[in-house]
Amino acid sequence: MDFLLTAIIQGLCFSAIALGIYISMKIFNIPDITTDGSYTLGGVVTAITLAHSLSFYIVLPLVIVAGAIAGALTGLIHTKLKVNALLAGILVMTALYSVNLIILGRSNLPLNSDHTLFTIGLVSDANQNTLIVLVIFITLLTLLIGYLLKTDFGLAMRATGNSESMIRALGVNTDRMKIVGLAIANALTATGGYLITQFQGYADISMGIGVVIFGLGSVIIGETLINWFSITSIWVSLVLVLLGAVLFQLVLALTLSLGVDANLLKLVTSVFVLLIVTLPRLNLLKAS
Amino acid sequence: MIELISVYKTFNKGKPNEVSALNGVDLHITRGEFAVIVGSNGSGKSTLLNIIAGSIQLTTGTVSLDGGNVNKLPDYQRSRWIARVFQNPLSGTAPDLSILDNFRLAALRTQKKGLSIGVNSAFIQQVKDRIAILNLGLENKVNQPMGTLSGGQRQALTLLMSVMDECKILLLDEPTAALDPRSADIVMRTADELIKDFKLTSILITHNLKDAFTYGNRIIQMSEGKIIRDVDAKAKSQLKQTDLFEWFA
Repeated sequence: MDFLLTAIIQGLCFSAIALGIYISMKIFNIPDITTDGSYTLGGVVTAITLAHSLSFYIVLPLVIVAGAIAGALTGLIHTKLKVNALLAGILVMTALYSVNLIILGRSNLPLNSDHTLFTIGLVSDANQNTLIVLVIFITLLTLLIGYLLKTDFGLAMRATGNSESMIRALGVNTDRMKIVGLAIANALTATGGYLITQFQGYADISMGIGVVIFGLGSVIIGETLINWFSITSIWVSLVLVLLGAVLFQLVLALTLSLGVDANLLKLVTSVFVLLIVTLPRLNLLKAS
Repeated sequence: MIELISVYKTFNKGKPNEVSALNGVDLHITRGEFAVIVGSNGSGKSTLLNIIAGSIQLTTGTVSLDGGNVNKLPDYQRSRWIARVFQNPLSGTAPDLSILDNFRLAALRTQKKGLSIGVNSAFIQQVKDRIAILNLGLENKVNQPMGTLSGGQRQALTLLMSVMDECKILLLDEPTAALDPRSADIVMRTADELIKDFKLTSILITHNLKDAFTYGNRIIQMSEGKIIRDVDAKAKSQLKQTDLFEWFA
């Protein structure tokens, strides 16, 4: 059962990415794949700050700022230089690989710090402790994002991705809004890197390769559930996205436990996401 | 209130597909005036409206609103004066947001959208009271997503949204073009009432000559990017509906 707990923990770490992708893809309707880079950036900043024995409490603010800058850059390239969003994301993601390497100084850095998020002791069992700390952390994060989306500013964010002509006519600078949105999305993604790095105990330059699929998959699972139950509440939507992130990791863990070759993991991941995307349509075909 | 001085607009300047949309438009619309613009397709009506709203930049000339030059202001800053209803009912509202959330944003058209939750019980009651005027039964559906409503309902709500915040100018770009005759009638009558009640300065673009005849106190005909006819309130009252049809003969 231990691998299930690990999968849930990993899912909760990735749920920060899922929230980020939810904001860029669903709220702003922008396909942003800066993710791979900003996730690693979050991990790298975490590792280097902890390795330099800087205060644990400044790690998260640093990670958030770093992620936000990466996202804002993608946003600037997309809105001000009128570059396709997908390409803007790829450009920043590619550039971040070098930036991450410069920050980290080498390709892999163990944390060797006895003060991380998960050493905050609430219960004696280390794994359960990690789970509890994560649940609290993600709950706070979700409350923050949920509140933000309910405010007047949040409504303007949601309208920007939904009806640009309308929200411009209502006095919102949509370019600025998109830049802020991508900054928030990538700050969340970097927070995912912050969590994973502390959970696994090291940062690696290639930790972000293909991580965008976890975010996308989680959001798509969440969205399938949202459409299934015709959810309109933003709170329930966010919780379903989190659920999507955990379900995703559980499915992958179960697949591996069935004895599937670990080298096939990415293939399995892709096929799984494909299935999730097409499942609702296959159901519709049957119905008609 | 709205003043245009020798406004020219050329699309794709210097390219083979160059189009002169506006060729020297001078127009002065005074406070409280309700001008109706008619003209065949491609005569420059929509371009004119978009230039006033700021979503298209002019090539040369000046646009002034309320006495100040607004040439450099983008559309989202001109929203301080202007509320718009678009030809496409989908453009004026956000389909995935509830009616309430749409109204909340409209209530902040001239203000900052801040980090507080503005949809409270007082606001909900205010929106319900406003919507009840329409008599469409929508006041009990304020939590429903805008996208679940018909085009006519959405257009009528867009009109109400325009007066949720201080509004000086209302721009209506063929608001009934996509609607069935009954919905179109509701939308036009609502618009007329709001314009009178709130003493709005308005411009209506329409292809419906009956509407052009019925509503407004000034009628302007455009052709090939120029104003070719401008009939003031007094002359308009003496106009017969058949006269309008003859303009297009």
